[in-house]
Amino acid sequence: MNEQIICAGFGGQGIMLMGKFLAETGMKNGYNVTWLPSYGAEVRGGTAHSMVHISRERIASPVVSKPTTCIVMNKPSLVKFIDRIKKGGLLIVNTSMVNKVPEKKGIKIVKLPLTKLASELGNVKVANMIAVGAFIGLRKTLSLKDIQEALNRILPSKKDLISINKKAIELGYKLV
Amino acid sequence: MKKSKIQNPKSKTKRILITGNEACGEGAIQAGCRFYAGYPITPQNELTAYMSKRMDEVDGIFIQAESELAAINMVFGASVTGARALTTSSSPGISLKQEGISYLAGCELPAVIVNIMRGGPGLGNIAPSQSDYFQATKGGGHGDYHSVVLGPASCQEMFDFTRMAFDIADRYRNTVIILGDGILGQMMEPVIINPRSQIRNPKKWALTGCKNRKPNIIRSLLLKQGALEEFNRKLQKKYDLIKRNEIRFEKYRTEDAEIIIVAYGTSSRISRACVNRLRKDKIKAGLFRPISLWPFPYNALKSQDKGKTKFLVVEMSMGQMLEDVRLAIQDDKRVHFYGRTGGSVPSEEEIIGKAVSCKL
Repeated sequence: MNEQIICAGFGGQGIMLMGKFLAETGMKNGYNVTWLPSYGAEVRGGTAHSMVHISRERIASPVVSKPTTCIVMNKPSLVKFIDRIKKGGLLIVNTSMVNKVPEKKGIKIVKLPLTKLASELGNVKVANMIAVGAFIGLRKTLSLKDIQEALNRILPSKKDLISINKKAIELGYKLV
Repeated sequence: MKKSKIQNPKSKTKRILITGNEACGEGAIQAGCRFYAGYPITPQNELTAYMSKRMDEVDGIFIQAESELAAINMVFGASVTGARALTTSSSPGISLKQEGISYLAGCELPAVIVNIMRGGPGLGNIAPSQSDYFQATKGGGHGDYHSVVLGPASCQEMFDFTRMAFDIADRYRNTVIILGDGILGQMMEPVIINPRSQIRNPKKWALTGCKNRKPNIIRSLLLKQGALEEFNRKLQKKYDLIKRNEIRFEKYRTEDAEIIIVAYGTSSRISRACVNRLRKDKIKAGLFRPISLWPFPYNALKSQDKGKTKFLVVEMSMGQMLEDVRLAIQDDKRVHFYGRTGGSVPSEEEIIGKAVSCKL
């Protein structure tokens, strides 16, 4: 397995955390992992993204130029990354923030109104975790159980947050 | 003063996902460093932030100084009393520290300085770069001096090398520079934190109050006729000793290699993957990775040369370590170069393309 993921969206949508969850879970499953954030003048207002490698092999560069999976939470990110996705790759789009998703041959596109679903769950901030659930459901490289355990490790002191995040992950997992 | 044994209270090995910046900070803590002074700058901010938290936990001293200049001079002050002291910054900030590093060298004071390099010259940008190689390895400030320079290539090495740097610094009373880059600082990887107790020799030269002993004098102003030349000759002898003892490098698939990529830090990680891909295409490629950038492993590199071997230097600069490789090989026709700069990172495809073209 050599999964190269880009998570992208507005600053504040939990883009960095989404990547960390995936990397942390990959690590606990015995994979080599790297996580690399994007920083710059673009952090506020524009797009932020994090890059994750999960691989059986030793990871050369943590920079992901051609992702196998792209999770985009807003429109500028979709425009920026859609053409970089590898053939046979996966694109998860937050349709709450993107009015029109262009057709693209050779990749699987999964459209979910993540922000809307999250506010229906009771916390708009868990849109990122629904996306993580969807990714797990589609790719099967990491298990639902493992990602939920990662939640306990990363948010140990926030019990109330853990439960809604768990719900969000399960929802994403079931939807796909 | 007696030998002191330092035990770490949280002495349990763990494997955690952390950034290179944090790994570096933890390496310093594990080395017994209890004095940090720094000034924020991207892409090393996580390091300063981490130290502000950790120093408090271990009853150390954390100072966010008013400037880089102040930070390096605070490190000077801490070091002169015998403390293990650390300052960190990124390229423009490291330029500001050069005066202080020269003074540390002039007083033979140990200190560890971390440079998480970003694009330059000037303020440049905040993306990863390797363009401070000359500054780090050839002195950087004024005077005939060298810092030991280590080039980590993973978050684990950010931890390991920083911990080791304090031992080297104390052993030779010398500055040690950890030369990382924006990628190594900001990326996260699994890191094994394995605390160990350590034996530290007393620093008899330190200024600790001279009651019941002869005063120690530490200064870099030597005006007496011939005194400065004498001091410089003594420094060179120390550097010769460091060259004998502290050369570090890594070889990968070089035994039968017809083309050897020479790279350090982030460039070496990418180059290593290129070696594997070239080998799959039946091209006999290898990687030579200098770990100690000063002292540079000239002889070890030269010993990889079978007379017709081609060398490809890969850097995130316009060609700085290239000069040391040329010095080692002594045949410029066979030493090629590929570099990206200004915050760009070379891709595997670019390096492979260059390797194939210079093998012809």
